[in-house]
Amino acid sequence: MTGLLRAEWTKFRTVRGWVLGMVLAALIIVLLGVFTAANNYSSCEGPDGDDCPAVPLGPDGSAVNDRFSFAHQVLDGDGEVTVRVASLTGTITYPPPDHDKIVPGVVPWAKAGIMIKESVRQGSAYAAMMVTGGHGTRLQHNFDGDAAGSPGASWLRLTRAGDTITGAESADGVRWTTVGTVRLAGLPPIVRVGLFAASPCDLTVTQGDLGGTIGKCRLARAVAAFDHVSLAGNPWTHDDVGAMRGAPALSQGAFRESGDTFTVSGSGDIGPYGLEGGQPVERTLSGAYTGLIVVIVVAVMFITAEYRRGMIRTTLLASPRRGRVLVAKALVLGAVTFVTALIAALVAVPLCRRILRGNGNYLLPVSTATELRVVLGTAALLAVAAVLALAVGALFRRSAAAVITAITVIVLPHVLATASVLPVELSQWLLRLTPAAGFAIQQSVPEYPQVTGHYVPQMGYYPLPPWGGFGVLCGYAALALGLAVVQLRRRDA
Amino acid sequence: MKLELHAEWTKLRTLAGTCWALAAIAVLTVAFGAAAGAATTCASARCNHDAVKLALTGVQVSQAAVAVLAVLAITGEYGTGMIRATFTAMPRRSAVLAAKAAVLAGLTLVAAVVGVLGSVLAARLILPGRGFTPEHGYPLLSLADGPVLRAAAGSALYLTLIALLCLGVATAVRDSAAAVGVVLGLLYLFPILIRAISDPGWQRLLVRISPMNAGLAIQATTNLDLQPIGPWAGLGVLTAWAVAALACGGLLLRLRDA
Repeated sequence: MTGLLRAEWTKFRTVRGWVLGMVLAALIIVLLGVFTAANNYSSCEGPDGDDCPAVPLGPDGSAVNDRFSFAHQVLDGDGEVTVRVASLTGTITYPPPDHDKIVPGVVPWAKAGIMIKESVRQGSAYAAMMVTGGHGTRLQHNFDGDAAGSPGASWLRLTRAGDTITGAESADGVRWTTVGTVRLAGLPPIVRVGLFAASPCDLTVTQGDLGGTIGKCRLARAVAAFDHVSLAGNPWTHDDVGAMRGAPALSQGAFRESGDTFTVSGSGDIGPYGLEGGQPVERTLSGAYTGLIVVIVVAVMFITAEYRRGMIRTTLLASPRRGRVLVAKALVLGAVTFVTALIAALVAVPLCRRILRGNGNYLLPVSTATELRVVLGTAALLAVAAVLALAVGALFRRSAAAVITAITVIVLPHVLATASVLPVELSQWLLRLTPAAGFAIQQSVPEYPQVTGHYVPQMGYYPLPPWGGFGVLCGYAALALGLAVVQLRRRDA
Repeated sequence: MKLELHAEWTKLRTLAGTCWALAAIAVLTVAFGAAAGAATTCASARCNHDAVKLALTGVQVSQAAVAVLAVLAITGEYGTGMIRATFTAMPRRSAVLAAKAAVLAGLTLVAAVVGVLGSVLAARLILPGRGFTPEHGYPLLSLADGPVLRAAAGSALYLTLIALLCLGVATAVRDSAAAVGVVLGLLYLFPILIRAISDPGWQRLLVRISPMNAGLAIQATTNLDLQPIGPWAGLGVLTAWAVAALACGGLLLRLRDA
C-alpha cells in the first residue's frame, strides 16, 4: 500500500496543472473571503453616535441577548421565592395581515416569572422560572439552558442552595412538581432575586420582492401581573436591564405595586444571540464554495486522465489489485485537498476577521472547539467532496460528465437553496438529501428552539446538525467510492 | 459554410451523448420546475411569489446539461484527435466554430423550448392546486400573456446563450473538465458572492454583470421596477458574455496549433 500511495502521490505532484489547480483553489478561498469581508459593512446610527452598542457576553463567553424588565431585591445566601403569575398579557405592534395597528397579544416566547441573577449587569449568570406565551412554564438558565415544565401551571418557585437552583411549578400552589435543577458555577453569596417580564419581537416572514424570504421583527411587550409574592414587604428596585436611550416608549419596562399585586411590563429577550447583526466565523470561509469547483475539476481529472492517456492499463498492470489503486488515489487526493484547504482557511480566517472588524462589523464570539470544527470541517468538507468527485470520475470515466455531475450534486443544491426563488421547505430538503448537506459543518451558531428566529438556509441555518450534514456527504462519498471499486474490478480498463 | 454546417450537424447528431444531453435538458427543466411549484404554497393574495419565475426554476438545473452538451461538442474533438481531421477537411477555422455554434444553438433551442413548454404546462396543472388562483391574483399561466411569453421565450434563449458561452469557453480551454469547471464557476460564483456580501451597491453591480443572475432577469414578471436589471438588458448581458467567449475561443482557435 505504501508503494501505491507513493505512486499516486508522484502522479499527482508531477502534473503541473493539478498542482496549479490546488494552488488556485487555495487562492480562491482566500481572495473571495477577502472580497466578501471587504464588502460587508456595519454601522449603527443612534443617539450615542455611529458605534454599535456592545453585545453582552454570557458566562461561557458567547454572545447573548439580555434585555428585560426586572423588579428585584437582595437575596443573601440560600433562600426560596414563590409567586403566582395571575396573568400574562401584552401588546404587538403592526402584526399581519395589514401591518397597520397596535393590537393586544402575546408572542409565543413572551416570558414572565421569577429570576435569581448574579447582578443586574447584562450577561451575568441567572436561573429563571417563567410562564411563556405559548410554550408553558420553563426553567431557563445562563441563556441557552431551557427545560420545559407543564402547560397549565401558574405558580412558580425557585430555591437556591449554594450554587444550585431548583425550579418548581404548581397549578394550585399546593402540590408542587420540580421542573429541574441547574448549577450556576461560582454564584456569589449575595445575588438579586425578583420578578421579570420580557417579550421578544413578533417575527413575520414574507416573500421577498426579488425571491427569498424576509423576516421582520415587530416590537412586542409583555405585561405580567403577579400575586402571592413571597418577597412582599421588602423594598423593591426596578431596572430596565439593557434599555437603550431613545428607544420607543412601548419597549421601555415598568413596575407597579398595588396592594398584593405587582405588575411588571417589559420587552426584549433573555437568550442566545443568534446570527442577527453579527458576522459568524464561517462568513470568512465563503470562498470555499467556489474553491470547491476547482477542487472537483482536479479530482475528476486525477482519474479520468488515466483513462484518456491509457495510463490506467500501466497502473493496473503494476498493481493488479484494482480496489487498492482507487483507495490509494482517494487517500492521496483527500490528504492533498485537506492540507491545501486547511492552509487557505488558516490564512483566510484571521485575515478576513481583521477586515470585517475594520468595517465596523460585530464578530460573533465562538468557542475554540466550534472554531476548530468550522476550520477543520471546511478542509475535511473539501477533502471528502474531492473523494466523491474522484469516485464519480472513476464511474463515468469521462471528465465532462463527471465534473458536471459532481458540481451539480455538491455545489448547485447549495446555490439553489440559498440564492434562488425556491421555497424554504424545498431548500431545506435539498440541504438534507444532497451531498451539499455537508456545508452544515460550517454553521457556527446553532438554531435554538427557545428563540424565535428566521431559521432558513438563506440566513445560514442548515436543516441538519453540523456533523449530521457532514455525515450525509461522507455517506455519499463512501457509496460512490464503493461503487467505483466494484465497477473498476468488473470492467475492462 | 453549407459544408461546415452539414459536417457539424453530422458530427453532433451521431455522438452518443447528444441525445441524452438534449433529453436531460428538457426533462430537468420540467421536473425541477414542477418540484418547485409543488413545494410552494400561496396562502393569500399577498404571497408575493413570481409564479412564472417559479415555474421556470428548472432552467437553473438544466443549464448543467446544456454545459455538458456544449463542452463535449468541441472538447470531444480534441480528446480523440478528430480536430486535426476536421481542420484538414475544413481549413477555415472560424467557419468551423461558427457552424458548430449554429448547430449547437439550434439543438439546444429545440430542447429548451420543449422543456420550457413542458414547464408552463406543468405549472398550469400544479400551481392552481397550490393556491395560485385568480382570487389570489394569479390567473392561469398562459403564453398569450405578454410577460409570460417573454419569460418563457427568454428562458429558452437563456439556455441557448449558455450553450454558446460554454462552447466559447471550451474552445479556449480545450480540456473538458477544465472547461466545465470554468463555466460552472462563472455561473455559480456570482450568486454565492451576492449573498455573502452586504454592500447593496456591489450587490447590484454583481447582479448586473453576472451571466446567470442578469440572464435570468428575463424570467421576472413581478416587481420589475425593483430588479437591478431589466429583462432584456439582462439577457443582453448574457449575450455579451457569450459573444466575448466565442470571440476569445475563435481567436485562440486561429492562433494556436490544433
